Amino acid sequence: MSAHTADTTFPPDSFYDTGEHHPQNGTMLGFWLYLMSDCLIFAVLFAMYGVVGANYAAGPGPKDLFDLGLVAVNTAMLLLSSITYGFAMLEMARGRQNAVLGWLAITGLFGLAFVGLEIYEFAHLIHEGAGPQRSAFLSAFFALVGTHGLHVSFGIVWLVVLMIQVRKMGLTEPNRRRLACLSLFWHFLDVIWIGVFTFVYLMGVLR
Amino acid sequence: MSTADTEQAYDPRHVHSHHHPEGEAHGTFKGYVTGFILSVILTAIPFWLVMGDVLPSKQATVFIIMGFAVVQILVHMIYFLHMNTSSEGGWNMLAMIFTLVLVVITLAGSLWVMFNMNENMMPVSAHEMRNAP
Repeated sequence: MSAHTADTTFPPDSFYDTGEHHPQNGTMLGFWLYLMSDCLIFAVLFAMYGVVGANYAAGPGPKDLFDLGLVAVNTAMLLLSSITYGFAMLEMARGRQNAVLGWLAITGLFGLAFVGLEIYEFAHLIHEGAGPQRSAFLSAFFALVGTHGLHVSFGIVWLVVLMIQVRKMGLTEPNRRRLACLSLFWHFLDVIWIGVFTFVYLMGVLR
Repeated sequence: MSTADTEQAYDPRHVHSHHHPEGEAHGTFKGYVTGFILSVILTAIPFWLVMGDVLPSKQATVFIIMGFAVVQILVHMIYFLHMNTSSEGGWNMLAMIFTLVLVVITLAGSLWVMFNMNENMMPVSAHEMRNAP
C-alpha cells in the first residue's frame, strides 16, 4: 500500500476524479427541471390555443384585434431585458456589485415596460368587448399570454428581492446561485415569448 | 484543503482560482451580443414578412416564420441559456429532450385528435351559431 502511494503523485481521491464538471449540489439541475415542467404548462396552453384559436363565436378575430406594432415593441422590450440580464451576469462573474445592481435595475425596467404594455393591450381588448369570456379564441389567448405575463411579473418581483439581497449581503455564493437561477428563468420566458409572438400574433394576423 | 481555506469568507475576486462556483454563467460579452444581434434579425424578418405583406402566399409565410422561430429558440438556448450536452453531466440535456418529447406529443396529439373530432361533429349552420346561447 505504501509502495503504491509512493509511486503516484496524485492524492488518493483523484482516482475518482474523471475531470467532469461536478455540480456542488442539485440546485441548478432542480431549477432546470422546474423550468421544463413550466415548459409543459405552456405546451398545454399552446395546444389549447391551437385547438380553439379559430373559434371566434362570431366575434372579433386576431386580424381585428392585434396591433403588431405594439407586439413588436413588446418583443423588443423583452429581448433588451434579456441582454441586459446577460450583462448583469457578466458583471457578477467579475464581482462588480454596483454594475450588477445597475444592469438588474435596467432589466427590471424593461420587464416593467413589457408588463405595462401587455396590461395596456389587455385593458384595451376588454374595453372593446373582446374580453376572455367573448369567445374560445379569446379565452385561450388571455390564458396563454396572461400566464406568460404573470411569469414575467413574478420574475420582476424576484428580481427586486434579489437586488435587495445583493445590496445587503453582497455577491455571496448563495446570491450568485439565485441570480443564475433567475437568469435561466428570465431567458426561458424570452424563449416562450418567441412562440407567443410567432404562433399567436403573427400567425393569427395571417389567418 | 485546510479548514481555514474552506471556512474563509467567500471572496469573489478569487473565484477563478478555485473551481467555477455552481451555476456560474459561462457566457461571454461576445456571446451575449452575438445572440442579441441574431435574435434581433430573426425577430425583425418575421415581423417584416407579416406586417409588410411581402409574400403572396400565406402558407409560405407561415412556414418561414415558424422556421425563424425554431432557429431563434436555438439561438437563445445556445447564447443566453448556455445549453450544451455536458452541463450538469448531461442531465440538463436529457431532461430537455424528455420534455421536448412530451411537448411534441401534447401539441401534435391535441391538434390531431381535436381536428378529427371537429371534422366528425354534426355540422352547425352559421344561423344556428349566431343564435347559440
